[in-house]
Formats: sequence, structure tokens, C-alpha cells
Amino acid sequence: MIAAIASLTTLGLMLGLGLGVAARKLKVEGNPLVAELESMLPGSQCGQCGYPGCTGAAQALADGNAPVTLCPPGGRDLVVQLAAKMGVEADLSGVKDTVPSIAEVREELCIGCTRCFKVCPTDAILGASKHIHSVFREACTACGKCVDACPTEAILMLPVPVTLQTWYWQRPVMGAAA
Amino acid sequence: MNLLSRLKLRGGVHPVGRKELSAEAPICALPLPERLFISLQQHIGAPASATVSVGDKVLKGQLIAGSQGMISAPVHAATSGRVVAVGDYPAPHPSGLPVPTITIEADGDDRWLDFDPPADPMALSPEEIATRVGAAGIVGLGGAAFPSAVKLNLSRKSGVTTLIMNGGECEPYLTCDDRLMRDHPGAVIAGILLIQRAVAAPQVLVGIEDNKPEAIAAMRAAAAGTGVQIVPVPSMYPMGSEKQLIQALTGKEIPAGGRAADIGVLVHNVGTAYAVHEALAFGRPLVRRIVTVSGGAVTVPRNLEVLIGTPAQALFDFCGGYKDVPARLVMGGPMMGQEMTNPNVPVIKGTSGVLALTNQEIGRPSPAPCIRCSTCVRACPVGLLPLEMAAHIRIGDLGAAVDLGLKDCIACGSCSYVCPAHIPLVHYFNYAKGDLSAKERAKLKQEATKKLAEARNERMDRIARDRAEAARLRAVKKAAQEAAKKAAAEAKSQATEVAA
Amino acid sequence: MTTLTHSPHAHAPISIGRVMATVMAALVPTTLYGFWLYGWPAILLWSVAMASALLGEAFILRIQGRAVRPALLDGSGALTAWLLALSLPPFAPWWIAVVGALFAVVIAKQVFGGLGQNVFNPAMAARVMLLISFPVEMTLWAAPTPLTAAQAPGFMDALAITFGGGHWDAMASASLLGHVKTEFTRGVDLTHSFTGQFALADAAWGSRTGSLGETAALLILAGGIFLIARRIVTWHAPVAMLLGVAIPALIGHAVNPARFLDVWPHLLSGGVMLGAFFIATDPVTSPNTGAGQFVFGFGCGLLTWVIRSFGGYPEGVAFAVLLMNAAAPVIDRYVKPRIYGRTRKGAALPVKGG
Repeated sequence: MIAAIASLTTLGLMLGLGLGVAARKLKVEGNPLVAELESMLPGSQCGQCGYPGCTGAAQALADGNAPVTLCPPGGRDLVVQLAAKMGVEADLSGVKDTVPSIAEVREELCIGCTRCFKVCPTDAILGASKHIHSVFREACTACGKCVDACPTEAILMLPVPVTLQTWYWQRPVMGAAA
Repeated sequence: MNLLSRLKLRGGVHPVGRKELSAEAPICALPLPERLFISLQQHIGAPASATVSVGDKVLKGQLIAGSQGMISAPVHAATSGRVVAVGDYPAPHPSGLPVPTITIEADGDDRWLDFDPPADPMALSPEEIATRVGAAGIVGLGGAAFPSAVKLNLSRKSGVTTLIMNGGECEPYLTCDDRLMRDHPGAVIAGILLIQRAVAAPQVLVGIEDNKPEAIAAMRAAAAGTGVQIVPVPSMYPMGSEKQLIQALTGKEIPAGGRAADIGVLVHNVGTAYAVHEALAFGRPLVRRIVTVSGGAVTVPRNLEVLIGTPAQALFDFCGGYKDVPARLVMGGPMMGQEMTNPNVPVIKGTSGVLALTNQEIGRPSPAPCIRCSTCVRACPVGLLPLEMAAHIRIGDLGAAVDLGLKDCIACGSCSYVCPAHIPLVHYFNYAKGDLSAKERAKLKQEATKKLAEARNERMDRIARDRAEAARLRAVKKAAQEAAKKAAAEAKSQATEVAA
Repeated sequence: MTTLTHSPHAHAPISIGRVMATVMAALVPTTLYGFWLYGWPAILLWSVAMASALLGEAFILRIQGRAVRPALLDGSGALTAWLLALSLPPFAPWWIAVVGALFAVVIAKQVFGGLGQNVFNPAMAARVMLLISFPVEMTLWAAPTPLTAAQAPGFMDALAITFGGGHWDAMASASLLGHVKTEFTRGVDLTHSFTGQFALADAAWGSRTGSLGETAALLILAGGIFLIARRIVTWHAPVAMLLGVAIPALIGHAVNPARFLDVWPHLLSGGVMLGAFFIATDPVTSPNTGAGQFVFGFGCGLLTWVIRSFGGYPEGVAFAVLLMNAAAPVIDRYVKPRIYGRTRKGAALPVKGG
């Protein structure tokens, strides 16, 4: 009886000591999580999440103040990645399976006011005052800021056109059996 | 063919050949169609760019689109006539998406451009051979359609010890290479010798599946005294795959992620050799190829010499149409070919066959659960675990599939062919490969846009800073001016006071 | 887009239904022999097992809301019940077959997610469950009384045996392995207990006491060879399992013949033959690769010998198979084929000369 109590107490003490030492010796300096999360976010600082840019969003995520579904441009993939990083279950039900989109300027409506390219976070809209603007597809992140800025509703968000180079097989549909 | 290398081969399947449908039909030329739809993207790499415009008259063999960039191939008019459209037309591709295409209305003369072929092609320098092969628009005719000149140049630079000519033709139904070797063995051998000269390969092996004894005999007779060795290889799918043929003939394996040139081997299709001979001996660019028209629904299966750009439907029509309702039209072989949803898509350089298959031939069972019987593992010629990979892909864990070797999959379809549960395994793999490369592209784009956003923020900051600086300077200046003014005013008032 | 079909546009003439049907065809000889050898009770027991497995599976599929017909028609449930029936004592009461068959298809198969998802071989899981839960009924053997023999139970007798709970006391007998184990626990060593018990010819033909379909070693072997020839299974697991029993048996018997049985009684008694060709080759619960299946089969054989020689139960095939089933994922993790162009460890092969 006494031997058992003594041995378990000793064991507990030693393990506790070990944990304490480990906590001090192996302490992680700073919080690398914020930087890691920020590198995963799109980085266009579009502000759709309601935080001041992607750094703010990463900080909020790391602090647990924001859900992993906060970033609309990141889409479903980003939610899955963030959930894996944070070690939480992702609730994908509310996430739209976003089709990659890009902005397109409708030439007949554009008045060349330059408001859109002033707000574009990635300089993806080219043009000059009183000239029709156009979107540089490779740089557009579909953040949607230009849509809000356009006074004539000349900017649309369209799915990225599929080409022979980007087309690929859809996921096979399995019957109820599988 | 030594026993040892045979033992090293793994997996593979033995699909019902069905080559007897068309194997005894000698090559005959398809009559000139009214219109040709010549795709500018018939090869791996950048699409060719059109050099003619609507209304131009062209002669057969005339350049109509030049190659663009390092990996590309030019495209030539396949008959004489008038360009009636330069625009988009459905591609012979499962997606059916449009590709840039030049439409030529035939004038019926089928008149060649005048060529000035060299007197003795074998006297040309290796570099010159490669250049002419490139200018003739020759691509790998086995199906991959990789620009041949690029391969020749790469191989010449890296040094090739063995040139392997692929006469495997392991896909069921297809007999175009078989017929080519039987009907034109001399031209094929001449082309092989030119390729050999272009890459200075000391050894040339022609691998032909042993289910084509006539082709082996014809090629042996033609190759006598040239040093080209004709080697029968076992009939097994996918023997005509580059990796498997190299392994069967040399016992060597291409290192993962590498090229055949890494082990001193170059593989070309026998059809490509024929095209090389045509281009160098007669100056004719690649504007036609042999296409097998077969399948249970075709009335008279045949091997046709077809102009590039001919709609597939014209081939079926020439073979007497359908004797049975075709359940599926396929371009290429049944194992790796693509379903044609539109029978008017044109023949391209890589088209080895067009098939009209009956319901009975394709079989349309619905998928059942995997019973882990591992028949797919035994069938895989690469040594993968198709069942495990598909299971991971099914639940969306593509990373695990990559760890299991997804990138090494050659998409030969052996696993899907033998699966008793009829699981579309290779469909899963191609979906996963496509999804992964789409993610890769998205990631690259994100990195690029992030840099753009950072650059913009920096610029905005700089502008704001500059503005602030300018404002500060202005303020200082203003203050100084005001001070000066004040001082002047004070001085003035003092002066007035003094004066007063 | 949904109508677009990916290559290949041809398929080998095979389906799960065909695979199962081929396996059942391979089981027919030994089953018919068992029917003849043990008469009507065996036929009734087999029928009860088959019927309850199919009904049970249909019920569970229905309450899961899944299609009943395709799942029943693939024959996997029937095959499970068939294998279970072959491993039961032929004069066992009906409820043994019902409980066993229901346990196999409902608990051991459908609860895990249905065909292809189960970790343990359903037939062997059921057999182990029955053996542990109802040891008396599961070890009450009958001496062979061929259908044609005068003392064979008639159909009405058979109904009484299977459904009536009446014991056929006159026929009670002990299996060879059971006898050896019993004698051994009483301190009688093999040199005394084993004399005259084992006749190689009887064992090979199967005319002896044992489970319904496990006695006819030669007929099972023929079925197994048929399956290998039809490429439904590979040789790896069966050969390895037989070796796994034979090698330790040889060594043990050579070292101490009074303590360890000889090779032939081991190989030809109990469930080893049936286990090697029809249980260890179960695709769902065995490893993926040939090498893995060899390891798996050898493990099954070795554990069978260990349980028979040192364990509390006279027979160990079912336990051995279940233990190796649990080890199959681990085997799959470590035994993988080498990928073309890569070393065994997965690194790319070196590029020669550069």
C-alpha cells in the first residue's frame, strides 16, 4: 500500500518535473503561426473578411477570433488548409465552392473613370482616364473591389474561361454502391 | 530479346486484340474531302500561329502556321485550295473545346508545292536533318505528338547509345503501324536510318509485338544489311508505351521524373520514321497519316491514308458507314483513346485510329465497391497501388495519392480494364493529376498576385510618404515665408514708428 | 459533361459477381462431398446458413437505405455464409448457423461499411464468435455417416437433429485435433494418444470426423488450384500458409515427437486446407501485393501451429486468420511494389553518366 502510493507519487513528481523543464527548455519564441497563416492567405489585402488586410486576418485566426471560413477569395481549398493548420474541424457547409473567377470590363459601359484601377489591390486593371479599361487576367484575384467601385456597373465577375490547357477531367461520379 | 529483361517486365494486361478486323486491309487513300479543318494545336507545346488569312490560296504542303517558341511545330496545308476560315473549331479532345483552326476548302487538284529535296538525304548533317524534320512539322505519330525535332536535338546533345523504334502498337484494334511496316518497310527503314544519323546512335532496335509476324518479316527483309535490328517483343499491353518498350528491349528503366535520354535511349514511332523519310527524300511536310478505322459498328474496317484535318465522320462514311448503332466513338485506341462526342472533329497528326464501338464491346457496367482484390496491383506496369490511390482520391486526399506514386502513373488504363468492380481508376488519377496542376497554377498565380499587391502597397506608401514630405516642405516654406513676411511687416512698422 | 466517359473503352469480361461465382464453383466439390459424408443434417445446416445470411443482409441494406438487389446479387454474402457453413460441425443445431451467419454479414461485414470495408474475414469472425460463445455445440462432432449408409440419419431424423435439439448421441465423436488436445491436457503424450488415429489416405479423401466441408483435403486442393488457374487468387497466400504450418511442424516433430504432431496431420486436419485456399485468399482482408500476401499467409500458418500446439483450443485457423487480418494494413504499409524508375525506398533511380 505505502509502496504503491510512494512509487506513484514519485512517478508523478518526476513526470511533472519533466514537463516543467520541457516547457521552459523547448519554449517557442514568438508566434510563428501568424506568419504561417498569412503566407497561406491570398495576400491581396482585399478586406472582405472585415479585418485590416491579410495580416490582420491571420492575427485574428491565430487568436481564435475568426473562423477558418473567413476568406471568401480563398475558397474551399483555403478553408481546408487553414483547418488543417489550426487543427479544427472545418464547417464547409457555408462555404461556396467558388469557381475561380476574374473581373471583366464591359466595354460598352466603361466610361474610363479610372476608379476601378485605383482600388485594385494587385494593379490588375490597366487603362487611362477617358479610355476603356481592361483586366490583366493573370493578376486578377477576383476580390471584387472594382465591382463596388465602378459607377456604371461595367465590371462583372466571370468564371475563368476553361481552355485546352486548363481543362481536366471532373471527379468520377460513383453510384450509390460506393 | 533475352529472358532476363522479360522477367523484369511487370504487370500489363492482355486485352482482346480485335486487330483481325483491319489487319488484312492494305492501306488505301481516302478520297479528298471538301473541307479540311487543320488544327493549330496538334502537338504538345505552344500552338502554331497562323501565317495565312481568309481568302488566301494555298498549295498542298505550304506552311500555313509557324511554330512558336521552343516546343512547338509548324502546320502545313494538307491539300491545295482556299483558306475559308481562320478561327475556332472543336478540338479532337474530350473536352470538345474549340482550338484555333484553319479551314481549307479543297480545289480538287490536290497540287503539291514545288519542293527541292536534297539529292542524298543521308549526306545531310545531323543538324540539318533535325532542322528539316522540324520544318516539316513532324511530331511523334504514336499519339503523344511531341515535336520530333526537339527530341532529336536534345538527344544529339546528350548522346544516345540506343535508338529504339516503337512498332509495338499494343492498343487493341489499331493496325496502322502494322500495315505501314508491311506495306512500306523500305521507306520506314530509310526514315529510321535518317533518325539514326541525326542522333548518331550506334545501335538501332525496332521493337515489334510478336502478334505481327508479317510486319516482322517485312521489316527484317528491308533492314537486311543496314545494321537495324528487328526485335520481336511479347504481345502485352502496354508494350507500346515508351517506358515499357525500353525496359523490354534494354532492361533499363527511365529514372523517375527523367527522360529516355537520361539513360542514353531515344524512342520514336515507326510512323514518325516514315514521315521523316517523306520529308527528307521528297521534301513533303507532314500533311497525311495512316489511320485505322475499326470497331464492331464499322461496316468495313480499313487502314486509310488520311489528310490531316479530315473530319472523322468522313472516314467512317468511306468505310461503308455503320452496320450497327455505335455506342461510342473513340479517337485513338480503346485503352487510352478519347471519346469523341462530336464526329466532325478533325484528324490530327497524333490520330492513330477512329473507332466506332458497339455496346457489347465497351460494356457499361456500373461501378461496385472495391473488394481490394488487388488485380489492379498485378496489372499495373509501373508498380503502383491503384486501389489505394483511388481510395485516397475518392475522399479528397490527393496528397496521399501523390505519396503513393500518382505522378508515376502513365494512365495506361490497365487497372481500369481489369477491375472486377468496374471502378474508373484511371479516371480518378487523371482527375487528381488535373486538380493538382490546377492547384499548382492557382498557387503560382497567388504568389504572383501577392507580389503585385505588396509592390502596390509599397508604392502607395511611398506616394503617401512623398506627399507628406512635400506637404511638410510646403508647410516649412510657408512658415518661413510667413515669418519673413511678418519680419518684414514688423520691420516696416518699426521703420514707420521710427519714422514717426 | 456527365456523359463523357474516360478511357479505357473496353473492359475485361469480369465482375465481382463472376469472381464470387467462381469461388463458389470451386467450393462445390468439397461441399457436395460434405453433404454426402454427413447427410441431411449437413444439407439443412448449409441451407439455413445461406438463407439467414441473405435475409440478414437484405434487411440491413434496407434499413441503411441502400440498393438491396445489386449487393445481394454480387454473391459476397452468400459466399461468406457458405464458408461459415463449411466450417461448422455438421450436426450443429439450426440456431448456430443462424446466429453465425447473421453475425458474419451484419456485424462483421455491414457494420464495417459493407463489401470491401470489413477488417476481419466475416466467416472466421463468426466462427470464432460461435466457438467462444457456444463451445459445446461447436465441438460436438459426428462420425461420418454417408447418405448411402444404412445408419445415416434420414430426412426426418435430420430435421430432429438440426431443428429439434435432439442429440445424435450414437454418432458423437471427436475430431483428431480435439482428441489430441484432450489427451494432452490429461497428460497422455502423442506416442500413446495418437496411435491409429491418423490415416493419411482418409485425411486426404476426407472420410473422417470434422467440420462440414473441411475434411476433403484433395477436393479443397482441387478447388484452390482451379481458382489459381482462373487467376481469381494467386499462389502466394495458400502456399505460404501451408509452409507456415509445415515448417514449424516439421521442426517440432523432429525435436519432440511426443509433444508435437507430424506435418501431415497438421496440414490435413481442421481448417488448414480450406483456410489456405479460401480464407487467406479473401481479397478484402488480405494484403495487396503478392509479397504481402505471402507474409500474411505464412503468419496465418505459423499462428495456427502455435495455437494448436500451445493454445487452449485444439484448432487455431480462425484465430490465426483474424490476428493476421488485423496485421494486414501494417503489412500493406511496409510491403509495397517498387515503382518503375524508382528505388525500393521511392527515390528516383540515378541517371547514368550524368
